[in-house]
Amino acid sequence: MLKVKDIDVFYGDVQVIWGVSFHVKKKEIVSLIGANGAGKSTILKTISGLLRPASGEVLFEGRPIHTIKPFKLIEMGIVHVPEARRLFVEMTVEENLDMGSLKAEAKKRREQTKEMVFELFPRLKERRRQIAGTLSGGEQQMLAIGRGLMSLPRLMMFDEPSLGLAPILVKEIFNVIKRIRDEGTTVLIVEQNVKQTLSIADRAYVLENGRIVMEGTGEEMLRNEHVKTAYLGV
Amino acid sequence: MDAVQVEVLLQTLIAGILLGGLYALIGIGMTLIMGVMKIINLAHGELMMVAMYLAYWLFVLFNIDPYLSVFIAAPLMFFFGMAIQKYLINPVLKVESILPENQVILTVGIGMVLANLATILFTSDYRSVPVEYASDAWYLSDFWRDSPVELSLSVPWSISFLFAVVITVALWFFLTRTDTGKSIRATAQDMDAAVLMGVNVERMRLITFGLGAALVGAAGCLFIPIYYLYPALGGRFTLIAFVITILGGLGSTVGAIIGGLILGIFESLTATYVGMGWAPVGRFAIFIAALIFLPGGVASILRRQRLGK
Repeated sequence: MLKVKDIDVFYGDVQVIWGVSFHVKKKEIVSLIGANGAGKSTILKTISGLLRPASGEVLFEGRPIHTIKPFKLIEMGIVHVPEARRLFVEMTVEENLDMGSLKAEAKKRREQTKEMVFELFPRLKERRRQIAGTLSGGEQQMLAIGRGLMSLPRLMMFDEPSLGLAPILVKEIFNVIKRIRDEGTTVLIVEQNVKQTLSIADRAYVLENGRIVMEGTGEEMLRNEHVKTAYLGV
Repeated sequence: MDAVQVEVLLQTLIAGILLGGLYALIGIGMTLIMGVMKIINLAHGELMMVAMYLAYWLFVLFNIDPYLSVFIAAPLMFFFGMAIQKYLINPVLKVESILPENQVILTVGIGMVLANLATILFTSDYRSVPVEYASDAWYLSDFWRDSPVELSLSVPWSISFLFAVVITVALWFFLTRTDTGKSIRATAQDMDAAVLMGVNVERMRLITFGLGAALVGAAGCLFIPIYYLYPALGGRFTLIAFVITILGGLGSTVGAIIGGLILGIFESLTATYVGMGWAPVGRFAIFIAALIFLPGGVASILRRQRLGK
């Protein structure tokens, strides 16, 4: 479904991604794991067009997407739930959800999808008229995910969805992500919370200093000695 | 206080609110542009001046009432604003290496060109539109025979104010109820997130600049029956809009409305109790006071209240 081929990405003159290639198959949960600064977020930003690869290409269902305008990606069915949630903090919960369903197809089913999101996160329904900036961290993450779901995505990319959340919420968020996949959306997830991520991921890639150093299934990774010492603290 | 003093105070407050409504309309345009573009549009008053000349000539040549001109001048200003954004500001935005301040300086230049073009074309004469209702007024005693105080309400001032209110309400509906309006607000709050949600940010910039120009253009038409017109008036109103934007809190629409009203009332009070010529002094005194004591503007109070609940 998604194919990243040999991309190099720069911040100004500094190269941060070196020849990274990976792919995500339909209805998989694929995870990129790695330490802070390994380039995980950079890769997601490159896929969603906020950054451009200096070389290499990004293909979605066989079509190159690294050359089209970033705001058009959502129409193709790709949505990026960004790091630190990036909600529209002065808008209400409901307005944030509306912002997720701007494309014609999603707009037509806006109210239906909203109900589905509210069913997934009942807390959001209670707070639908509240200003997003006044929500708790967990609620904000739910809203960020809900806003992404509103676009009826076929590929959903999560950047550090568990960041700054209490352990019980982390578990809830991961369950939701699993459920999203079970309902047919492909998931690409970037996380520092390696253990939880690997336990729901079908496959994972380990990223170190902007290069992919290892790949395998989630289980293989959990058993791998290098992963264990470097990321699981065992 | 005797009846006369009460009358003077009430009359002053009414004048202030009427003026403040128009100021708010000017301020909203600037604050919208500020929110989305992150720059102060220092050609704002000059855009208003252009719309005023439009209304003036529509009246002189075709005898079109200034209040009707709102419906002609505002759409024209919308396209004029979009053209400025597209052909003048966008090319500067694309050069990443230069400072954002350069976009502000660009708007100063645009303002100068407009003001001087107007001087060349129309000379620097003061003009006004001789509408027949210019000095009509409603009197409180006509409605309430035994009223203890006598108040008057100028007809053109009140019509202009009503127009300003209607336009502001319409804008509020646009910004809160339509997807385009929400996208404009989203772009102002978090541009990257807006892109990720599929907002065409470049288009929002065009629409916002157009909208800002249309709003200040409408305000210009509303000022025509109650004010005079000359090419250099733009600079004055740019400053007024700037003060309102700061007073309201950069980028906040509600803040701009409140800021406009505060400024209108304050100027009116200074004019009555200190002296006509002191109104601008009052304006800048409140500007400096806002910067010192309330750097976040009215918006910071609103925000605190909302988060506190």
